[in-house]
Amino acid sequence: MDATTEEIHGHRALQHHFENMEQQREAGTLGMWVFLVTEIMFFGGMFLAYTLYRSTYPAAFASASNHLDITLGALNTGVLIFSSFTMAMAVYFTQVGKQRSQVICLVITLLLGLTFLGVKAKEYHDKYEDRLIPGYLIPGRSYKPEVAQEGDHDPHKLHLLGNATVRQVELFYWIYFAMTGMHALHMIIGAGLLTFLLIFSLKGRFDPEYHSPVEVIGLYWHFVDIVWIFLFPLLYLLGRHLEHG
Amino acid sequence: MSEHIVPVRIYVTIFLVLLVGTALTVLAAFQDFPGPLNTIVALTIAVTKATFVVLYFMHVRYSSRLVWVIVASALFWMAILFALTFSDYWTRNWLSVGY
Repeated sequence: MDATTEEIHGHRALQHHFENMEQQREAGTLGMWVFLVTEIMFFGGMFLAYTLYRSTYPAAFASASNHLDITLGALNTGVLIFSSFTMAMAVYFTQVGKQRSQVICLVITLLLGLTFLGVKAKEYHDKYEDRLIPGYLIPGRSYKPEVAQEGDHDPHKLHLLGNATVRQVELFYWIYFAMTGMHALHMIIGAGLLTFLLIFSLKGRFDPEYHSPVEVIGLYWHFVDIVWIFLFPLLYLLGRHLEHG
Repeated sequence: MSEHIVPVRIYVTIFLVLLVGTALTVLAAFQDFPGPLNTIVALTIAVTKATFVVLYFMHVRYSSRLVWVIVASALFWMAILFALTFSDYWTRNWLSVGY
């Protein structure tokens, strides 16, 4: 017997309806991209709402945005970009067949994802303390921010610019919590997917011929990173130039 | 294996470009540019960063034509979403219909 089973039947991960591993991989990547298009449309609706209400209430959006913590927002942007890099490296190490480095990269990516969520939780809690969570469902902390008067620099109070009102600021926070909340939900799902990858990676399931799951979950992870690349300037930075003017 | 493996050097370069882009967008946000220029600068940097992620981290630059078509279709449908919605909102005051 000269030929191994692998040479006769193909790779053990090859499904019967594909000709070979390359075709299977390309089909998987293409399918993931189609899913990501639906995700782009899903977030697109919220970006549309944002654009519409920001153009209607520019002063309120700038005032509300200035209350967000720019340091934590920038830190989280860096954390996500770093996690995208380590995810890309995890794909690379799988492609060249270095399992140990692959596992390390996946662990770092997962830890960075959890760091992002931790920082986000801290930001949400700050908004809870300042009574900026919209609506009446938060017990004892329903939406009722304190408005700062002229010359008051208390960072916990709302500093209204121009003709902005507290009600219009609430609209910004609806959009802020909807968009960052959906983004955070995607991060949580991403962390779950990474845990799954890590388990199979430790079992040595992936190799240079078969690494579609790493590649495809990587695509998802980078997509979530891209959403944040847009959310950061649009939510955190839009009114900063008016602050000291 | 016929698949293109992106070299580590490129991943590191993109990572650094993204960090520089983030620093730039924060710096630019505190400058008071005339008119809507602040928003235009912020969006230009964000689009540039996203393009780098899509082309290199997501390997689209090395992917088949079919993947390019799928990615382009996402942008096309986003354009429809925005164009049709704003063709309504931006033109509402053009005619006075006597309300």
